Amino acid sequence: MKSTDLVDNQYLRSDVPAFGPGDEVKVHVKVVEGNKERVQVFQGNVIARQGSGVAETYTVRKLSYGVGVERTFPVHTPTVVKLEVLKRGDVRRAKLYYVRDRVGKAAKIREKRER
Amino acid sequence: MALQAIVGEKLAMSQVWVDDKVVPVTVLRVEPARIVQVKTTERDGYTALQVTYGTKDPKKLTKPEAGHFATAGVEPGRRLVELRLDSVDGFEVGQEITVDTIAQGTRVDVTAVSRGKGFAGGMKRHNFAGQGASHGNHKHHRAPGSIGSCSFPGRVFKGLRMAGHMGHEQVTTLNLEVVQADTERNLLLVKGSVPGPNGGVVIVRNAVKGK
Repeated sequence: MKSTDLVDNQYLRSDVPAFGPGDEVKVHVKVVEGNKERVQVFQGNVIARQGSGVAETYTVRKLSYGVGVERTFPVHTPTVVKLEVLKRGDVRRAKLYYVRDRVGKAAKIREKRER
Repeated sequence: MALQAIVGEKLAMSQVWVDDKVVPVTVLRVEPARIVQVKTTERDGYTALQVTYGTKDPKKLTKPEAGHFATAGVEPGRRLVELRLDSVDGFEVGQEITVDTIAQGTRVDVTAVSRGKGFAGGMKRHNFAGQGASHGNHKHHRAPGSIGSCSFPGRVFKGLRMAGHMGHEQVTTLNLEVVQADTERNLLLVKGSVPGPNGGVVIVRNAVKGK
């Protein structure tokens, strides 16, 4: 038990699904424009999960018009309305930073085959 | 000096969400403090409150300590801490000071003894630039450089910044915002960092500078 658990526990979300590096996810993010609020979807591969407890974050990478875009979200942030896991990836390491240097088929992450 | 002050313990740093934004906070445990002695200008030459907090086994008190608590009629606590205040009107021995003396949203100053760094060189202690890595430099990469002139003045000036002991001194961080004051769990959350190690004693007072 950490000494700050008293404070941290109330901010932890229980509705976060299990996911890891290599998975394809759909992140529904709350966006505030002026005084209007809407939900934006960011879909891509999780390339890293970092930190622990309330401070844990994950990085999602997607290709937008041929340009790689990465966004890092805190796992327990209230701005993410919903997090969907679309595919499980078959990867051998925890941080997939090598996909940044790859294009096309080489950058593809194999899907995990359930047995 | 401040109008209000409390004593607490630094637990650790963490983060909270305020209006969907992450705010880095230091979590302080502020147990209710009991006033043991009120120091006044007439008697002591300055105004302050001597307080204690927590509990301590009475068998572990020294005789003078035990007597001091007995005269005040206050249950012995872990430590005796003095809180310097502008005025001690309205405070009396035995009274309890709790976290809610510091309101949420106000600015506070936090005083504590910083972490000791041991004997540190000029680069770490005074942010000296050091010397080049190359250009023929040999074994003088972190040396301070010149410390003065030649036969005039023929000495090194007093107070010149050099290597020496760093840290383990009283440090006050000014104008920290209070994110939350939790009376139920005796916690105080201040935005940003606070001097000293986790578990160290900190004194929180109303900000004396700033708005």
